[in-house]
Amino acid sequence: MLVIPCPYCGPRCEIEFSYGGQAHIARPEDSAAISDETWADYVFLRDNTKGVFLERWVHAHGCRQWFNVARHTVTYEILASYETGAKPPKLDFVTQV
Amino acid sequence: MTRYSIFSLLRNALNYHEDWPRAWRSPEPKSSYDVVIVGGGGHGLATAYYLAKNHGITDVAVIESGWIGGGSTGRNTTIVRSNYLWDESAALYEHSLKLWEGLSQDLNFNVMFSQRGVMNLAHNQHDLREISRRINANRLNGIDSEFMTPQEIKTFVPIIDLRAGGRYPVLGASIQRRGGTARHDAVAWGYARAADALGVDIIQQCPVTGFQIENGRVRAVETGKGTIEAKKVGIVVAGHSSVLAGMAGFRLPIHSLPLQALVSEPVKPVLDTVIMSGAVHAYISQSDKGELVIGAGVDSYVGYGQRGSLPVTEETLGAICELFPMFRRMRMLRQWGGIVDVCPDASPILSKTPVEGMFINCGWGTGGFKATPGSGWAFAQTIANDMPHELNAAFSLDRFRTGYLIDEHGAAAVAH
Repeated sequence: MLVIPCPYCGPRCEIEFSYGGQAHIARPEDSAAISDETWADYVFLRDNTKGVFLERWVHAHGCRQWFNVARHTVTYEILASYETGAKPPKLDFVTQV
Repeated sequence: MTRYSIFSLLRNALNYHEDWPRAWRSPEPKSSYDVVIVGGGGHGLATAYYLAKNHGITDVAVIESGWIGGGSTGRNTTIVRSNYLWDESAALYEHSLKLWEGLSQDLNFNVMFSQRGVMNLAHNQHDLREISRRINANRLNGIDSEFMTPQEIKTFVPIIDLRAGGRYPVLGASIQRRGGTARHDAVAWGYARAADALGVDIIQQCPVTGFQIENGRVRAVETGKGTIEAKKVGIVVAGHSSVLAGMAGFRLPIHSLPLQALVSEPVKPVLDTVIMSGAVHAYISQSDKGELVIGAGVDSYVGYGQRGSLPVTEETLGAICELFPMFRRMRMLRQWGGIVDVCPDASPILSKTPVEGMFINCGWGTGGFKATPGSGWAFAQTIANDMPHELNAAFSLDRFRTGYLIDEHGAAAVAH
């Protein structure tokens, strides 16, 4: 079981949270003008990192705030959590296993 | 290859079974092959077998980083069925089920395919409507599928509690009687042995570290045992598809998630069918050894650690205990988590890739085992002819751009 540090409420069990997938994905501007390929990339393609992954979580059964987490997808170690909109912290970690 | 038969069994009994030949060779890799299949699970081995058998392409190597069937092929809940909702999936899975029905004879290896029936339970009005819709869709596609009333379910599976403690009342079920289970290891071993007999080299403990690509065309595979040139490469590495695609320089719309299963201590025969409940994330059957084989859901978050999260186990076992009160005192022998590739539409990708000569078979999500023969059959044809088989034409990588998704989340639910 993950213990996820909510930036607003502190560490809580994973059952209080819902997952939001990869963080820092920007919706393309002027989506009517872009190609189908670019749009499909935005809708469907996500990094599936084996290593440190920046991802979104929502504290669904708590403060209901969205925030970002840096988690290692093999060891499941949580290296950082930070507010949505903030830049990811510098991580002193090898990104590939 | 020595043919397995009653006579070979008798002959070897005279020698106290000490002279059985190895089921397949362990050759060193040659410097080049017509086709290299990366991944020695069921789908990869089936692909190699059908390449040799259906298309006469025998200069084939199957490269496996671990050992044959050591991944999800040897660790799954062994359920085989074809009652999928959409026409494209129905055709692919039904073709696979038909191959299952003759597989032991075809491979001369007992895969212990047991058509004990697969039931999907409905716990509320919406489930009932969904199940009826799927039964009708199945029948239109020529797939056997029947509705069962609660009374019929109780007669068929006497140990079920139809009230399920009030939490998961059973209001009906669909049943596919031709569905059932198969021995998962035997499928890998049977395909490996049969492919080897046709000349395919099976190379174990040989991890792929990269690809040589020239002018957009694959030229060779870099492995732990040196560079192997290949005219064509098929990637069949469930769980790590994104990692391999990354080596070849393209991306996949895939998430790798841990899927859990559990096995109980062995008990006397008590459950002679497969019971699935998509709504409560649980499915259960009893193996020939007497163990209850229980499948749970996937973790919601990306993970390559081969273990599942405890809340998922708890939810599944809670539901199993409500549906089968007599299992409350069963003890679990072992639990594991395998990494599955999940596509946004819960359907697989069997497709050409942006790299010429390179093909990918992935995204089977939580239900690839049942498709092993059909997947290998269609993928072999895709590789041999450089274009998709009619069975897998719809399962292209391109569908995410065109929008022709095959949304099986409804029919597959979690118990895919």
